[in-house]
Amino acid sequence: MPRKKPASMQLTGYRRANGRVGVRNHVLVLPVDDLSNSAAEGVARLINGSRALPHPYGRLQFGPDLELTFRTLSGTGANPNVYGVVVIGIEPKWTERVAEGIAQTGKPVETFSIERHGDLNTVNRAARAAYRLAQEASELRREPIEVSDLVLSIKCGESDPTLGLAGNPAQGRAVDRLVDLGASVIFGETSELTGGEHLIAGRCATPALRKKFQQIYDDYIRMIQGQGVDLLGSQPTEGNIRGGLSTIEEKALGNIQKTGSRPVNAVLDYAEEVKPGQGLVFMNSSSAGAEQVTLCAAGGSVLHFFTTGQGNVVGHPLIPVIKVSPNPITCSTMSEHIDVPLPDLLVGEITLDQAAERILDAFERTVNGRMTAAELLRHEEFVITKLYPSA
Amino acid sequence: MAHRALAHKTTDDVAVAVADLKTGETLEIQTLDGERPHKVQVLEDIPLGHKVALKDMPEGHVVIEYGERVGRMTRSVKKGGYVHVHNLRTLRWDYGRPAKAKKGGK
Repeated sequence: MPRKKPASMQLTGYRRANGRVGVRNHVLVLPVDDLSNSAAEGVARLINGSRALPHPYGRLQFGPDLELTFRTLSGTGANPNVYGVVVIGIEPKWTERVAEGIAQTGKPVETFSIERHGDLNTVNRAARAAYRLAQEASELRREPIEVSDLVLSIKCGESDPTLGLAGNPAQGRAVDRLVDLGASVIFGETSELTGGEHLIAGRCATPALRKKFQQIYDDYIRMIQGQGVDLLGSQPTEGNIRGGLSTIEEKALGNIQKTGSRPVNAVLDYAEEVKPGQGLVFMNSSSAGAEQVTLCAAGGSVLHFFTTGQGNVVGHPLIPVIKVSPNPITCSTMSEHIDVPLPDLLVGEITLDQAAERILDAFERTVNGRMTAAELLRHEEFVITKLYPSA
Repeated sequence: MAHRALAHKTTDDVAVAVADLKTGETLEIQTLDGERPHKVQVLEDIPLGHKVALKDMPEGHVVIEYGERVGRMTRSVKKGGYVHVHNLRTLRWDYGRPAKAKKGGK
């Protein structure tokens, strides 16, 4: 079947009040803290078309760690894939604070706090709000959109050398094409740049960005050294080593292939907002799959590309995650997890450009509503990055 | 012809198996930058995704892959031998190690 050129991509999505564009249309029931998970999940069980995002944090956090949790929660609610949000917290003040961050987008937000009401009364009131929002969302129709309307993100996981050789260079070509068409594409994985950080620093668009990137990277290394440890037991992982990766440098150099070749136009900290039209963007992040995808979605990504060697199965509750793998063992033993199998690329039967076309074809279909493997298998990981212990 | 192993750059010290390699087989290993292939006889079984040495490397040799430094040999290896965590170590995180371990290299 002939593959369409990206110039002729026919994309549809949901344009929100603030002009941002989503590719899914979720109604979110967002708990502010661990204590509100039960009520949020109760609402989502009652109301078809709503979904809860339970998580373990939000109590007695302070300083930058608290700010990051707020930014992650508000950013997730603000994500263009979300039509409207029901926010539930144990007490009103922090609940309102998370809701305010979401309401700035102009989307409908309703807040409920549990103290002086109890779970049952809260579920009753919040479920009626979720009922209204889900019904409103169900009447929205997709409209034509452009690649330049979109914020996207990338990561690789359970990496092995088949990614560095094949999967990531193919993904890198697809990223170059999407950036050239005007998309913003977020990458991160601070620890997994170790050994190739000079290559990313060299691609930063300005000296100021280069300095900011180097600062984030150096701070990270200092944090590791401050613990009096190293990452030898963690980077590469046991899965990476089983797949053939021997050192963090080798993993990083393979990792970087997927970022393509365009300049790095912005350098951001965890979960900071990314806007359309920024091109390639570095976001400080963990290299753990669910944490990084959660941070990208909180920053505004509406679709994520995930290349995998040994078979990472991660998804996200709100944004489709497209899995790409060149490893023939993974593609045959874990086929239900892989959206774009590329084992023929690894042995040279197709070219990198042909592989990039397959990735872009999956992108077009996924934007237009085709469910990904992770969506079908209910991989809905939502993992907030925690900077240090709570008070 | 389907590849059996590939190297990123002509100057690399190692190539990656893209199929399970068997002891004794002789390979023409292509490089992705399209230069002349390496001819290598495989000295031990090497699984898909794992690395084969493209030249003899002594202990302490800094190994080049992707045209970049990826680690240091902790034991020597012959051309066609298996290169992995048993004989290759990162150049990072070696603060606190004895100075001896930091010697060598190219």
